[in-house]
Amino acid sequence: MLVMRGIVKQFPGVRALDGVDLDVRAGEVHCLLGQNGAGKSTLIKVLAGVHQPDEGTVEFNGAQVRPSSPMDAIRLGFATIYQELDLVDGLSVADNIFLGHEHARLGFVNTGAGHRATREVLERLGHGEIRPSTEVGRLSPAAKQVVSMARALSHDARLIIMDEPSAALAHDEVANLFRIIRELTAQGVAVVYISHRLEEIREIGDRVTVLKDGRTVAVGLPARDTPTSQIVSLMTGRNVEYVFPPRAARPPGDKVLDVEHLTSPGAFRDVSFAVRAGEIVGLAGLVGSGRSEILEAVYGARPASGKVVLAGRQVRRGGVVKTVRQGMGLAPEERKAQALLLDQSVTANITLGSLPGFAKFGWMNRGRERAEAERLVKALDIRPPDPERPIRTLSGGNQQKAVLARWLLGSRRLLLLDEPTRGVDVGARAELYAVIRDLADQGIGVLLVSSEVPEVLGLADRVLVVREGSVIHEGDAGELDEHRVLDMIMNGRAA
Amino acid sequence: MSDARRPPAAVPDTGGAAPPPARATLNALTGARHLGLLVAIGLLVVVGLVTRPENFASASNLVSILSLAATIGVITVGATFVIIGGGIDLSVGAIMALASVWATTVATQEFGPVVMAICAILVGTGTGLVNGWLIAYGRLVPFIATLAMLVAARGLAQRMSDRKTQLIDGEGAIAALSTSRVLGIPLLVYIFALVVVLGWILLNRTTFGRRTYAVGGNPEAARLAGIDVRRHTMLLYALSGLCCGIAAILIMARTTTGSSTHGDLYELDAIAAVIIGGTLLTGGRGTIVGSILGLLIFTLITNLFILNGLNTSDQLIAKGLIIVVAVLLQRRNLKERAP
Repeated sequence: MLVMRGIVKQFPGVRALDGVDLDVRAGEVHCLLGQNGAGKSTLIKVLAGVHQPDEGTVEFNGAQVRPSSPMDAIRLGFATIYQELDLVDGLSVADNIFLGHEHARLGFVNTGAGHRATREVLERLGHGEIRPSTEVGRLSPAAKQVVSMARALSHDARLIIMDEPSAALAHDEVANLFRIIRELTAQGVAVVYISHRLEEIREIGDRVTVLKDGRTVAVGLPARDTPTSQIVSLMTGRNVEYVFPPRAARPPGDKVLDVEHLTSPGAFRDVSFAVRAGEIVGLAGLVGSGRSEILEAVYGARPASGKVVLAGRQVRRGGVVKTVRQGMGLAPEERKAQALLLDQSVTANITLGSLPGFAKFGWMNRGRERAEAERLVKALDIRPPDPERPIRTLSGGNQQKAVLARWLLGSRRLLLLDEPTRGVDVGARAELYAVIRDLADQGIGVLLVSSEVPEVLGLADRVLVVREGSVIHEGDAGELDEHRVLDMIMNGRAA
Repeated sequence: MSDARRPPAAVPDTGGAAPPPARATLNALTGARHLGLLVAIGLLVVVGLVTRPENFASASNLVSILSLAATIGVITVGATFVIIGGGIDLSVGAIMALASVWATTVATQEFGPVVMAICAILVGTGTGLVNGWLIAYGRLVPFIATLAMLVAARGLAQRMSDRKTQLIDGEGAIAALSTSRVLGIPLLVYIFALVVVLGWILLNRTTFGRRTYAVGGNPEAARLAGIDVRRHTMLLYALSGLCCGIAAILIMARTTTGSSTHGDLYELDAIAAVIIGGTLLTGGRGTIVGSILGLLIFTLITNLFILNGLNTSDQLIAKGLIIVVAVLLQRRNLKERAP
């Protein structure tokens, strides 16, 4: 039904898709597998009309198509259900489902017809109990998923793309999701299903396509009987050249961080570990596994029960202001939204975390501030080397270096890094790795979160594998390989 | 984006050296970013000179323009902080009225002018603190919290004054701020200038100013960098209230009264001046100098309309147009600056 051939999509600095083939039959569940950065999201966005491919062809039901906008893709019969549900919380179920194509005459919404049609679609999905007039914000995540799917159906979609639909669902809700998927495929709808959980793929999938480094490495493998080891080895051994700095020769020092029985209901439970001075500890796991939430809780940005001890002193509850004062620093996942003052200079961004250190009675010592910023810009090789430049004009890698530089000021004991190389091109990554290792060598403890397994393994001294809110494995990075970690992340077997 | 990116050829590579401080300061004070405002003021001056050559340039007219600007000017300084910090304060006029009434009750006046002035400042700061607490810790939207304060503070002012205008001693120390002159300029204009200078220093030379830009520009980043965003937000509204208290003293000096009707719609003039001055309502960007220039434009327009005997309704229409034109021009500037 859907045939994609040789799809190429180029972004500045990266070739996100480098010749992808995909072949989806009517009535099947086609699973798309690949590690983070393999190109799955980009491929979906090509189908959803968000990106236009630079090369390659898309054929749908025998005719060549080229979705040029999300509206265009919907008209073709492609519906996409994103990982983060794109529903309007303040509107009713019916309004959400028919958003953009309301039952209306002359701009007046025909509520009765809309509700009737909504009921029809929801019943088709086996969820007649969801009332069309309910506000979506009041629904459970599972019910929201159903509404998302109902929206796809209301467009009379022939091809539904689901990006990790089970990530936000509890176990029995997943069973219901699968029932709906089976009903849809029985009606001839094709489903492209993206998930990292192999057991789900075995249960619901018909065939599997594996992506690696923007290329298709296997097409149409049978989902049920392809051995796990074969799938995992197809996904691993990525070609991207990571250059990791050598690990510290001397043994790590005293404990800087001690976490005991940390629990945040709904995110993670009973997590205990320690980070020593000069050591990099990596948390490996999928998005939604609880790894970023653990970081947030340690930093005091998320309420949690349990004990966090920093350099022998228990971290008092009271949030980030206190943890920063006690010597923690965080480079958050969303650099632009959570870390940077985009309108401000590099200097202002670097000194943001330690302003009192540059001031006497609130009066800024601007000479010393500029000198320190210049020193750090030089030390981390931030380019262009102009501390007065607005930070928005810097590349992602250099922006990230500035965020790291922020925490080199003052006496930091522990740095928390959440996806430090996201949106950073390959060359700049190696530099960032070197900077991070250098920090550790200076005696700072580093806690690192990354969805890229090779990054965690290459950079960290010790690795914790997180799956569904629990640490399922802890060990030296040297004793693990990508294959085993991936197996644990996807299958949940503590090897 | 590539890391090898170099600054565009037109920009000389200074090798990381910052511009000399003197030039940087000059840039900050007048700089290209305020060029449009200066041109606008220049045009208004030309219009004044052409239409009313005998009156406009006279010393007494200039003094009256500055005295007129002083009261709202002090409020505008506070409003600039609040708006750069990502908030809005609608209650400034009402707070000023309340402070003026409280400071001029028979009971307060007994203690003399110094206590009256302190009273106005305390009432202003205290009311601002209530605003700030409601917004920062009570999680009320600034618009709603300060709207409620606008209504309530004016009501309280009416109650305290029994809706009567309260006179102060026309020969006393407070009235003297308006009548006494140094170098031909009334003292209250000096107070205005002092507030502007202190405000500029606070915004540009202290950690408080830095945090204001951070809290307004990206509250989440500020929080994760260890800044107490809530406390800072509260202080911003307290600062705005403090400015209202000072403004109350100035209006008492100018009118020799305290009244619940003082400062009606001042909030709109103050916010308009801040916007015309190039401060974004979304926060994180703006300058004191811009706000003051914006205010001068408004005051000049008022003055020109009065001198030429024109309708006050037309004056309002002109002001409305200026706000729109100023914002449209700034948006174009922003686009040009974006990479």
